[in-house]
Amino acid sequence: MSFEVEVSKRLGEAEIAVSFESDAGVTALFGPSGSGKSSILNMIAGLLAPDRGRIAVGGRLLFGESVNLPPEARDAGYVFQDGRLFPHLRVRANLLYGASEREGAITLREVVDLLGLGALLNRWPRTLSGGEAQRVAIGRALLSNPRFLLLDEPLASLDRARADEILTMIERVRDALKLPILYVSHNRAEVDRLAGRVVAIHR
Amino acid sequence: MTLTPDDWEVIRLSLKVAVVGVVFTLPVAFALAYVLARGRFPGRILLDAVVHLPLVLPPVVTGWILLILFGRAGPIGGWLDRVFGVTLMFRWTGAALAAAVMALPLMVRAMRLSIEAVDRRLEGAARSLGASPWRAFRTITLPLSLPGVWAGLVLGFARSLGEFGATISFVSNIPGQTRTLPIAIYTALQLPDGDDIVLRLAIVSVALSLGALIASEWLVRRQGERAHVL
Repeated sequence: MSFEVEVSKRLGEAEIAVSFESDAGVTALFGPSGSGKSSILNMIAGLLAPDRGRIAVGGRLLFGESVNLPPEARDAGYVFQDGRLFPHLRVRANLLYGASEREGAITLREVVDLLGLGALLNRWPRTLSGGEAQRVAIGRALLSNPRFLLLDEPLASLDRARADEILTMIERVRDALKLPILYVSHNRAEVDRLAGRVVAIHR
Repeated sequence: MTLTPDDWEVIRLSLKVAVVGVVFTLPVAFALAYVLARGRFPGRILLDAVVHLPLVLPPVVTGWILLILFGRAGPIGGWLDRVFGVTLMFRWTGAALAAAVMALPLMVRAMRLSIEAVDRRLEGAARSLGASPWRAFRTITLPLSLPGVWAGLVLGFARSLGEFGATISFVSNIPGQTRTLPIAIYTALQLPDGDDIVLRLAIVSVALSLGALIASEWLVRRQGERAHVL
């Protein structure tokens, strides 16, 4: 099983509760804004502690049964909605921030080719367009040698043409690297195009 | 305008006192700023108030408190004397301590604002990329809060150069040891023919303060490319 998630968390007035298992290449969390999709990703990444539940990815227990791995030990490749590039580091340093030296790990060269980042390496994040920043964010996540990817509305701030370009990149990553991907979106068309399994989240 | 050897002694001493005071305060101020910006613990408000005390107390009172604590018979001063043979009373080191205590709140304020402005979600991103909390602090939080560190350093330095009340009540007015620029100017004002000295040292004060401001502006600009948040 790629993703086995059963968590609940009270955040102020809202109660987030979700339970799903999926073995698809891309699993989509689909639901309206404010339904807690990002919080679910944060819980899987270890950035937000669930009140209770169990999280396992690829058969590896990340949370539950008195296990609670810190984020740095979860091997998640998290691509945030806003890219969240480090503003004080150039693109190259952003890409290499979590880079793994492990044998067989994906290299900078491979990521640059896969995502077409060659011309951006010496730029500062604030000079990038939304689509460029999102590509760098995906590359940075891949270079950390993750066991799975968490993509939080990576197309949300992009115009149609840019969104289509990134969607193509994600398909390329899905087919080339065979990493389990959890994809958060409120856009039906994206979800239909990418995902093998859709989990609906209700408010 | 030519400066006399006495003037130079005052300038050298003032710079030494301010630089030493600020350099030793820097890590303390940053640690306090970090704790006040991020920490949630009982007593935080009290700590905040104590750090700010030198800003609102009459400086003479701060100096008197230092005298009580760090005098030879005082709880800290006595211990320093017994264990290390160090005495701060009537020494330039005491002047540096007074400068440091007076500069502390300004430095903490500047650094704290800067730490609070760091987007904590960036630290989360660093953690998810495999960084330990310490590495995330070193590579993300610290560099992104550097503008506030520079601002704090300059403010603290300027405040230290101008320190008068706490210094004169703690370590008095001793040429070559504790007679810094403001105290030398005050001393010259008491002299019937001190006008020239006052003028010269006042010009030096303005020049040093301007220089510090321009240097900080330059430092912030030089790293501006990196310092700006998206």
